[in-house]
Amino acid sequence: MPWCFFVTVTSMVVGLYWGLFIAPEDYQMGSAYRIIFVHVPSSYMSIFCYGFMAVASAVGIIWKHPLADQSARAAAPIGAIFTVLALFTGSLWGKPMWGTYWIWDARLTSELVLLFLYFGYMAVWGAIDDRAKAARVAAIVALVGAVNLPIIKFSVDWWNTLHQPASIMKSGGASIHPDMLWPLLICIVAFNFYFVTVLLVRIESQIINRQIRGLQIRMVEEKDDG
Amino acid sequence: MNTHFWSVVKRDIKIGWQGGSTSSMVVAFFIIVVTLFPLGVGPEQSVLARIAVGVIWVAALLACLLSLDRIFQADYEDGTLDQYALSRLPLELIVIGKSLAHWLTTSLPLILITPVLAVLLNMNDAALLPLIYAMLIGTPALSLIGTIGASLTVSLKRGGVLLSLLILPLYVPVLIFGVMAVDAGISGIGSNASLLFLAAVTLFSFAITPWVSAAALRLALD
Repeated sequence: MPWCFFVTVTSMVVGLYWGLFIAPEDYQMGSAYRIIFVHVPSSYMSIFCYGFMAVASAVGIIWKHPLADQSARAAAPIGAIFTVLALFTGSLWGKPMWGTYWIWDARLTSELVLLFLYFGYMAVWGAIDDRAKAARVAAIVALVGAVNLPIIKFSVDWWNTLHQPASIMKSGGASIHPDMLWPLLICIVAFNFYFVTVLLVRIESQIINRQIRGLQIRMVEEKDDG
Repeated sequence: MNTHFWSVVKRDIKIGWQGGSTSSMVVAFFIIVVTLFPLGVGPEQSVLARIAVGVIWVAALLACLLSLDRIFQADYEDGTLDQYALSRLPLELIVIGKSLAHWLTTSLPLILITPVLAVLLNMNDAALLPLIYAMLIGTPALSLIGTIGASLTVSLKRGGVLLSLLILPLYVPVLIFGVMAVDAGISGIGSNASLLFLAAVTLFSFAITPWVSAAALRLALD
C-alpha cells in the first residue's frame, strides 16, 4: 500500500506539473485546454470504476466471495466522485469554449445518468441492513446499470453532437500531439493508482468496521450472560 | 404450463381492475400530471404544442413508475409469491406474465387516453400517430424494466424512493427514442429509425429482465 501511495503522488505531481506548466499552449484554445489533464482522466476513471464495480459484482454473484462484494462497494463512492469531477471540470471548460456551462448533449447526459446509477447503487447498500442480502441486490443493480457504459463510450460516435469524438483510444493512433499526450497518459496512470490506493484503504476500513461491529455484539452478549 | 401462465396474467388483470381499481387511479394520475404543465408553464398555445410530446412521455413514465410497486408487493406480503416459486411454472415466466398484465392494466389505458390529452395540449396533428406507435412499441419496455426495480425492492419496507432512483435512469433510452420518433415524424424525415431503436430497447429488455427479476425474487424469498 505505501508503494501504491508513492506511485500515485509521484505520477500525479509529474503529470500535472508537465501538463499545467511545461506542455505547449494550444493554438486555438490557449491555456484553457489544460483542464483536459484533469477532465479526461476523471471521465475515464468514472467509467473504469463502474466497470470494476460490475466485474467485482459478477464475481461476487458467481463465486460468492465476500471480498468481491466489499471491493465493489468500496469502489462506488470513488467512482461517483470521479463522475462529479468530470462533469464539473467539463462544465468549467464549456463556459469559455462552448459559451455555456451545460448542454443536453449525448455524452454529457449519459455521464449524468451514470452519476445517478452510482447514487442508486450506494442507496441500495444504505437501504438494506442484512449485509449478505445487500451485496446480492447491489450486485444485480450494478450489472443492470453496466448497460450504460457502452452507451457513454460510443455516444459521441453515434450522435453527432457538441462533445468532441475520441482522440486517444481509436483506430489509427491518437490524434493528439505527443507533447500533450504524454502528460495526459501520466495523469491517467496517476488517477488509476489513486483509485487503487483509496480502494485498498476503503476495503480495509470496511473490514475493520465489520470486526468492530462483531466485537461490540459479542460484548453485549457477554454482558447479558453475566 | 400454458394454462398456468395465462391464469397468472388473468389474475393480475382482475386485481388491477377490482375494488379500488389501481388502473383507473393510474390513468387519473396521468391526466393530472399532464394538467399541471399548462398551469406551470402558462397556457400559451405555441409553447404547449412545442412541449406536448415530452410532457405526455414523462407523465407516462411517472404513471408507470407509480404502479410498479404493486406488481410484486401484495403477492410477496400474502405469500402468493412463495406459492409461485414452488409451482412448476418457472419464476421467469411468472415475471413475463406479470409484466404483460401490468402493461395491459396501466400502459394500454394510458395510450387510449393519449389522443384526448394531445388535444388538450394543442399537439400537432401529424404528431399523434407517431406518438401512439412509439408508445405502443416503447411502453412494454417500461413494464419489463420496471419489474427489475419492483423485484429488487420487494422485501424493503420503504422501497418506493429507491425504486425510482434505480429505475428512472434505465428509462432514459425509451424516453429519448420515444420523443425522437415523434419529432422525426413531424419534420417529415420519417420515424422508422427511432421506432426500430425503440423496438430494440423493448426486445432487449424482454430478453434480459425476466432472468434478472427472477433472480432478485429468489433472493427476496430466501
